[in-house]
Amino acid sequence: MSKQPTSARFRRVDVDEYDENKFVDEEDGAENQLGPDEAEVDSLCGTGNLIEALHAVLKNPPINTKNQNVKDRAEGLVLKVLTAFKSSDIEKGVQSLDRNSVDLLMKYIYKGFEKPSENSSAVLLQWHEKALAVGGVGSIVRVLTARKTV
Amino acid sequence: MSYHSFLLEPISCHAWNKDQSQIALCPNNHEVHIYKKDGAKWTKVHELKEHNGQVTGIDWAPESNRIVTCGADRNAYVWTLKDGVWKPTLVILRINRAARCVRWAPRENKFAVGSGSRLISICYFEQENDWWVCKHIKKPIRSTILSLDWHPNNVLLAAGSCDFKCRVFSAYIKEVEEKPGPTPWGSKMPFGEMLFESGGGGGWVHSVCFSHSGNKLAWTSHDSTVSVAEGGKSATVSSLSSETLPLLCVTFITENSLVAAGHDCYPVLFVYDGAKGSLVFGGKLDVPKQSAQKGISARERFQNLDRRASEGQGSDKELSSLHKNSISQISVLDGGRAQCTRFCTTGMDGGMTIWDVKTLENSMKNLKIV
Repeated sequence: MSKQPTSARFRRVDVDEYDENKFVDEEDGAENQLGPDEAEVDSLCGTGNLIEALHAVLKNPPINTKNQNVKDRAEGLVLKVLTAFKSSDIEKGVQSLDRNSVDLLMKYIYKGFEKPSENSSAVLLQWHEKALAVGGVGSIVRVLTARKTV
Repeated sequence: MSYHSFLLEPISCHAWNKDQSQIALCPNNHEVHIYKKDGAKWTKVHELKEHNGQVTGIDWAPESNRIVTCGADRNAYVWTLKDGVWKPTLVILRINRAARCVRWAPRENKFAVGSGSRLISICYFEQENDWWVCKHIKKPIRSTILSLDWHPNNVLLAAGSCDFKCRVFSAYIKEVEEKPGPTPWGSKMPFGEMLFESGGGGGWVHSVCFSHSGNKLAWTSHDSTVSVAEGGKSATVSSLSSETLPLLCVTFITENSLVAAGHDCYPVLFVYDGAKGSLVFGGKLDVPKQSAQKGISARERFQNLDRRASEGQGSDKELSSLHKNSISQISVLDGGRAQCTRFCTTGMDGGMTIWDVKTLENSMKNLKIV
């Protein structure tokens, strides 16, 4: 009645890996992307110059690198700067950014949503509201369609 | 701006005949219906039933009055009108995935079909065998071709693809035409040669369009951007990241102005400045008339509070644009791409709207169509 079933290990094989026509993203130069400069950002935060700190932390985004540590470090730094802002200053901070920076900020915000910590979601939601007012739905679409994320 | 609702289902694709008295459209099934204008009404005059899968592309050749259709059943048919009946001729495309879009060349001696097989089929009629044959353009396409547009010289073809790039290929068929002269996009044009490729990244390229002169190429992408490239200026691509949802279709209405529409259900205008190489947002083209705000009674206020937890009149449930769902295709009716006076949009709400450029210009104060 019951036969010993043959191994079902084949069901765990990822056939897409063996597809010859599988789409592979182009590799851009990734070695030199180290993420934002920690020292610079810290010093600007320390002196209370938060808008400058925001600009500094949005420089050199680790988009192309495969090194997960660099990405995590960058995200942590961005989160630190965003939390340091007072609620009333968030809008001014967003207004000081140009179009590409707003898109980049949206990417970091959504990355931050992925791993919520104690207070981060509330802060990120406030930033999200202000960034949405400037970037519009289009900036969120660009976060969703980006092949290379922060 | 006249809006006509044909169906309750999406209109997959449409095409107009030469004098705009008839429109061929696919009502989201395996057939093509042809409607004829009857005063203010539209009456169905023909039903073209041959495809076994959804019809994904229709194009009507104005001079030779032939219709080409392509479908998800991996086939394309060329229809000719004989004694008041449309007769199909099968075209073997040699593809193993669905066909996605089809376009007659300006001189109507060949047409191009984009498909999910990651290639473009260029089909032309071979007199000796009385048969349509096709040639493939394969390299370096890596994903489905979503949209096609021919250059006015009948040889160059722009293709937007799901591998995030917009490319210009040469579709020169020596059997049906002579060698083309040089263009700003290049001078050596053997069949299948790629003359331009946009940068990667971004989203699927939904729609491509050449300008009337063929020197400019515009495309819309799924990452909510519109881009314009000029032939000859190799790296000049002007992009505009818009704040709206992705745009699904675009067309030039003058040499420097584009109209695009998409998931936001209204068409928008973009203006391209060649000297500065910049693309700017020109305005939303669907401004509904503001209905008079009536005073809201106390009873209505409590009702709103009860139902919606807000006291205002919630009118965000209904879209204020003419189309109530995404606009999937836009076509120029009068004036060509150089001096368009009327264009038409069809969408997923089963409706078709004809827009009049003059009326739009007059009704919208800051609209400037260059």
